[in-house]
Amino acid sequence: MLSFMGFLQKEFYHIFRDRRTAVILFGMPLIQLLLFGFAIRNEIQDVKLGVYDKSRDAVTRAIISKFASSGYFILSREVRSEKEIEDAFSTGSITEALVFEPDFARRLQRDGRAEVQVITDGSNPNLSRIVSGYTAAVLQDFRNSSVQGSGMEAGVVAVPLMLFNPELKSVDLFVPGLMALILMLVSALMTSISITREKESGTMEVLLVSSLRPAGIIIGKVVPYFLLSFINVLTIIAVAALVFGVPCRGSLLLLLLESLLFIVTALSLGIFISSVTSSQQVAMMIALAGLLLPTILLSGFIFPVASMPLPLRMISNIIPAKWYLIIVRGIMLKGAGFSYIWKETLVLVAMSTILIVASIKKFKIRLQ
Amino acid sequence: MVKPVIFTDKLTRRFGDFIAVDELSFSVDKGEIFGFLGANGAGKTTAIRMLTGLLTPSTGAASVAGFDLYTESEKVKRNIGYMSQRFSLYDDLTVKENIRFFAGIYGLTDTAIREKSAKLLETLDLQHAANTLLRSLPLGWKQKLAFSVAILHEPKIVFLDEPTGGVDPITRRRFWDMIYEASEKGVTVFVTTHYMDEAEYCDRISIMVDGRVAALDTPEALKRQHGVESMNEVFINLARHDKTF
Repeated sequence: MLSFMGFLQKEFYHIFRDRRTAVILFGMPLIQLLLFGFAIRNEIQDVKLGVYDKSRDAVTRAIISKFASSGYFILSREVRSEKEIEDAFSTGSITEALVFEPDFARRLQRDGRAEVQVITDGSNPNLSRIVSGYTAAVLQDFRNSSVQGSGMEAGVVAVPLMLFNPELKSVDLFVPGLMALILMLVSALMTSISITREKESGTMEVLLVSSLRPAGIIIGKVVPYFLLSFINVLTIIAVAALVFGVPCRGSLLLLLLESLLFIVTALSLGIFISSVTSSQQVAMMIALAGLLLPTILLSGFIFPVASMPLPLRMISNIIPAKWYLIIVRGIMLKGAGFSYIWKETLVLVAMSTILIVASIKKFKIRLQ
Repeated sequence: MVKPVIFTDKLTRRFGDFIAVDELSFSVDKGEIFGFLGANGAGKTTAIRMLTGLLTPSTGAASVAGFDLYTESEKVKRNIGYMSQRFSLYDDLTVKENIRFFAGIYGLTDTAIREKSAKLLETLDLQHAANTLLRSLPLGWKQKLAFSVAILHEPKIVFLDEPTGGVDPITRRRFWDMIYEASEKGVTVFVTTHYMDEAEYCDRISIMVDGRVAALDTPEALKRQHGVESMNEVFINLARHDKTF
């Protein structure tokens, strides 16, 4: 026990004396969170709106002022011809154009419908999709608030409604992904490097010859990163809530427990990697290419899993982060309880078990 | 009769079809400096790994420090010290922390650690450097420290796996003074080396060729048998003889 405490102490010396390790452990999570939170946003503000109003009546003016007061649009310019719209798009002075047909108010009165054409810039599909979504929302809003009984709500209108993240705030989506990414980085990458470092420097042999047991060595290697990862989870949740107002609608305790489980999965991945290789370089390559990239690209962090081709969808199943993401999004954004996420939890438990058993097998083979 | 400190009987280790160590039989007495020589790939490392409990033998019997290698490996571990060719200390720990750590994992108590590390720093004349990171210490000092740390818990045997690699001749000579000192205190020294001049310093040496012990005697006797002047020639004779079949 005494020697084990000494071992832990040594591990913390390693971590805090190596500036790079310390930066990765504590700087990265914060920097990434702030970066993702502030810089990479899917929601758009101040959409520059060009208006070509062929009708110029009370209703079109009301709609335009609705756009102007929505907070998402600024009235950039009035346009007087179709040609002018094209020029305005080319020079970038507008991101969206609204074209009201002539006699807008009258048609609305008479036929119950009138057309407004929404033109967006298709060269940036992501942006234009979001912008037209906003536009639809504002128009819908106008329809709802306009005078009842005027026959204007005739016909079936599809009303898109975004549950759980009504403002489509991207930071809400990024935070769970970021937690997965950082835990992978800290737990899997750092442990595998720290174990292979001992192998490279020859100190592993000395440790094995000593009275420490192999299991004790591995546990001693893992415990510091377990603690630090947990601190990172707390930091991310706190910063996300305080700085970005990301809610945790479900049980915080459940979220923390599931995070602990994911840390265990990541740590066992790290141990497994270091049981396959004995070089720091190789361990780092495996961890970066084999863990971080899939965590970013295939887990649903950035690209939705549902829209991937079948082979990638199948691969995504073996990525622990995918399951953790479902869990965290469920708890934080939907307020899901354990009964909704037990399957994903079970997958993570199974993954950890398999990895640990495989590492032990591997470790034994090495010793014999 | 005094029981030998290391005793092996037909100790063998196979990796698949490849026989790395083939029926190794020898014994080493208390306080002896036993040189373990052989070309790269001759099976030295495998043998030393078996004797230190890092590797399980395939067949054969062996006891180290009076304990059976198969059934009492934990007791074996508590009675041996080990120093590998890379000195195996931590560069990012201070001298004092290194001593404390290794003393700790070899099972010394807190009070013993405090006493011994103070004494060791004094003996090595390293008090002024106790709190400097090991990284900034010259190679020779690291080597001395690694050896002292390996015998700090007063093991019966210390295994040195090419302890003098990459070190200049003067430092090597000083290192051997330390080995002699330990041997006089009754510590058995089991050392592998590539340097034939170091082989001359040993009480007895064994030369391994292709997994087998090709020769085992005192340096003088071996030189006499082969009718040559130096260990270098003995070694080349044995290695060449083997390659001719």
